[in-house]
Amino acid sequence: MSGHVHRDDLGSRLGMWLFLVTEMVLFGGLFIGYSYMRYRYPAEFHHGGMELNATLGVINTLVLLTSSLTVVLSIVAVQRAEKQRAMALLSTTLVLGLTFLVIKGFEWSAKFHHGLYPNSAHLATLPPGEQVFFGLYFTMTGLHGVHVIAGLSVLGVMLWWVATDRIRQDRYIHLENSGLYWHLVDVIWIFLLPLFYLAA
Amino acid sequence: MNETLHSHEAHIEHPGYGTFIGVWLLLLLLTGCLVGLSHVSQSYAVWGLLTLTPLKAGLVFYYFMHLKYEGPLFKIVILVTLGTLLIFFALLFSDVAFR
Repeated sequence: MSGHVHRDDLGSRLGMWLFLVTEMVLFGGLFIGYSYMRYRYPAEFHHGGMELNATLGVINTLVLLTSSLTVVLSIVAVQRAEKQRAMALLSTTLVLGLTFLVIKGFEWSAKFHHGLYPNSAHLATLPPGEQVFFGLYFTMTGLHGVHVIAGLSVLGVMLWWVATDRIRQDRYIHLENSGLYWHLVDVIWIFLLPLFYLAA
Repeated sequence: MNETLHSHEAHIEHPGYGTFIGVWLLLLLLTGCLVGLSHVSQSYAVWGLLTLTPLKAGLVFYYFMHLKYEGPLFKIVILVTLGTLLIFFALLFSDVAFR
């Protein structure tokens, strides 16, 4: 390999942001759909929100906010060549992300036990507005959950790369970009909390 | 091989742990306010949703996602995106209003 290494961290981050922008439009479309449906069915959305467990929603918010903090702190640790601390912080993020998914799993299974799941017989007996509410709830929290799984997979690789010195003080753009993705997942949840769990 | 890299990043002063921990505490506080407002009344909850939620998202974008430390290009890309979504939102509700 020749001595010259082509590297463009700014371009790399810009590319990541352009991808994140498409994610913002994806979720933005769903948020616009939500706002119209809530405008059309205010009482049904209020009633639907009462069915959701606000405590679990708030706990999951605290879990995701903290996981975002540990990612951004792991970048600081890498910048300061504090490898052990960076690995500990990234591991904390992974544990918090998994905690989020476990809580989400309990929450969804409770809904399933009450006969609330997409295309269920019980859901079909509810008024149209509530069917729309739960349709949006499962679509948006489900799509968000898929993003959490994707983010955790990527951050798992980042932890491996920090451990093997592929990410280090002079080269951490992959960790930065993975962090950007994770923070966007956090931002989407920041909006989902008041739209669904605090809607009642 | 790293000697040939001419990354200007090395010369930038990176923010420390304290900045981000402070932002995190603020985010927790704002979440508490949001939950508190949702218990007061429906209109307080909506106002909380419309003001505190974008503020929280803004803090994550600005600090955690390092937008504070990026050049104008990144900010323009994001503002154009948010502007586009706002136009779609306005178009939808103008359609609803004149239905």
